[in-house]
Amino acid sequence: MANWIPTWLHRLGSPPTFYRFAGAVRPWALTLALITGAIAAYGGLVLAPADYQQGDAYRIIFIHVPSAWMSLFIYFAMGVAAFIALVWRIKLAEVVAMESAPIGAAFTFITLVTGSLWGKPMWGTWWTWDARLTSELVLLFLYLGVIGLFHSFEDRRQGARAAAFLALIGVVNVPIVHFSVNWWNTLHQGSTVRLLGPSHIDARMLWPLLTMMLATKCYYVASLFGRVRADLVAMESGKDWVKALAVEETA
Amino acid sequence: MTAEAPLLHARALCFSRQEEQVFGPLDFDVAAGDIVLVEGDNGSGKTTLMRLLTGILHVDEGTLELEGKPLRSIDTAGRVVFLGHQLGLKADLSPLENLRVAEGLAGRRDGMDAMAVLREVGLAGYEDEPVRRLSAGQKKRAALARLMLVPATIWLLDEPYANLDRDGIALVNRLVQAHAARGGAALVSSHGTVTFLGGEPRVIRMHA
Amino acid sequence: MTATAGAACAALLRRDLLLAWRRRGDIAMPVLYALIVTTLFPFALGPEDALLQRIAGGVILVTVLLAMLLALDAMFRGDIEDGSLEQLLLAPQPLALMLAIRIFAHWITTALPLIIISPLLAGMLHLPTPVIGVLVVALLLATPLLSLIGAILVALTAGTRRSGMLLALMLLPLCVPVVIFAAGAVAAAQQGLPWVAPIAWLGAALVLAVVLAPLACAAALRIALDA
Repeated sequence: MANWIPTWLHRLGSPPTFYRFAGAVRPWALTLALITGAIAAYGGLVLAPADYQQGDAYRIIFIHVPSAWMSLFIYFAMGVAAFIALVWRIKLAEVVAMESAPIGAAFTFITLVTGSLWGKPMWGTWWTWDARLTSELVLLFLYLGVIGLFHSFEDRRQGARAAAFLALIGVVNVPIVHFSVNWWNTLHQGSTVRLLGPSHIDARMLWPLLTMMLATKCYYVASLFGRVRADLVAMESGKDWVKALAVEETA
Repeated sequence: MTAEAPLLHARALCFSRQEEQVFGPLDFDVAAGDIVLVEGDNGSGKTTLMRLLTGILHVDEGTLELEGKPLRSIDTAGRVVFLGHQLGLKADLSPLENLRVAEGLAGRRDGMDAMAVLREVGLAGYEDEPVRRLSAGQKKRAALARLMLVPATIWLLDEPYANLDRDGIALVNRLVQAHAARGGAALVSSHGTVTFLGGEPRVIRMHA
Repeated sequence: MTATAGAACAALLRRDLLLAWRRRGDIAMPVLYALIVTTLFPFALGPEDALLQRIAGGVILVTVLLAMLLALDAMFRGDIEDGSLEQLLLAPQPLALMLAIRIFAHWITTALPLIIISPLLAGMLHLPTPVIGVLVVALLLATPLLSLIGAILVALTAGTRRSGMLLALMLLPLCVPVVIFAAGAVAAAQQGLPWVAPIAWLGAALVLAVVLAPLACAAALRIALDA
């Protein structure tokens, strides 16, 4: 493996450097998330036209779809951080992976709840065993497994590494689950309602959706950086840079 | 590979758990034929050092080398035996059956065989008794028999004197000295200030 | 005399089977559990033949899965408690190979008895005789998969105190595909449809798992013990 990758990661991954960097980025990300979120909500809930079939009920997609997208995106981000943590043993990557998990689990949970709320008026049932919903449920269990494993160790770093390994196994598992649930649906001829048909989406619906995706991304960055900062200070409380920081704050 | 490289070589070796230093920095060299006493109070990191030397724990700070190369778990396999607080004996098997497993896994030192080794540690007549029925001292002896049988160079003995009577202590010393004499090396940890080993063994003093 | 890999495998397998034999009461526990659960279903659902027949395959698969989950926790527990695991790590053999043997021994002592009584369970739920054969084949492929996947997870929890419920939570997402294909094969056979495809998928997954799972298990164990 090329030598510059670990060197570069180690420099960015040094806790004091990242602490300052994250501190500088976080307010901007949070502001951007709030502004774009507000614009997207206005565009989606007010400006966009009602659907000719679903009426106003479809508007939940402005929450549901970005959440679903984030639940997968964060899992992917967690997988990358987990890989870096295991291969190069970088503490920051461990923290990023472990602090991503609760955020991802929250988005997955929102996806499931909004999907279920949407399902009631659309298919007349709160829950259907369709491939997407089932995969999302399995994803939630994966997130919970990672979080649970992380917290069951007394040593945080050891817990983080074990949970990172589980996260990587999950990366392999998600497509397999999706494939097998699809196969299962063809076998059982169940209710195969497609949540997102290949419909021609109106531009007035599309832009709020894309804007909301940007907002959720920014929110993830802001939330993650805040969590990582708190974690780094707690983990490195004995180190000089944290002591200097404490003096700085109180002065 | 340099012929002069010591078996074990540690420089500025530290170990931290949850950002708290367990021990270190330590510097030591262990060559073939050395017997090294690891001394320190309870909680000074003796067991942690032993586990680092097995390669099960990962070295975070400082250098630790096995024959001139960074010590990794892949390289310690077969070269190192570890006798810790858990003796590695299956309670439902007899001492002889336990030795047969060890022999299968790690091989047999030339000129040794399971029955002879058991006689040597004073377990003649107990070969077929399940380990669970043996006394604490006898279990320790059964575990020591394993060290004699398998062909590893480096012995890591964590508190080997615990649970042993006067004869048992003499037995440990005799085994360790015989091992050093045939070109092996041994690290022996003890929290007592008394050294049971004859002569003047080298000492690694542990402090947090 | 240095040990060969073959001798090491033989010694380890012999040890595990001997240990299981000395505590043969433990082998009976998962079997008893599966029997009890299967007995409860007709009481809960009513002894209606058609209904029992329809759910028989799924019930038996899930029961076997849960019975295996009960025994999974103990896979490395004993070895960690008495220090044998350190010996295994320090043995001059590839750890993955040694773990593969341990997993195989564990499968023989926990899953094989369940497979042997599965025709009896199937009979209790009135599964048609030709389908029982498919069920046994599906179990023969699905149970080693579960043992292999489970071993990785048990290895990950090796450094923790409590792991029972956590193990179930971690295993659920990973065993979903196995359950789907195994139950799918039985359901297809019951409906008179071709059932070879899902069985072939299970077989392919098993081949992959036999190669990869011991390696992952070894890596997981090293991570879990590194503290």
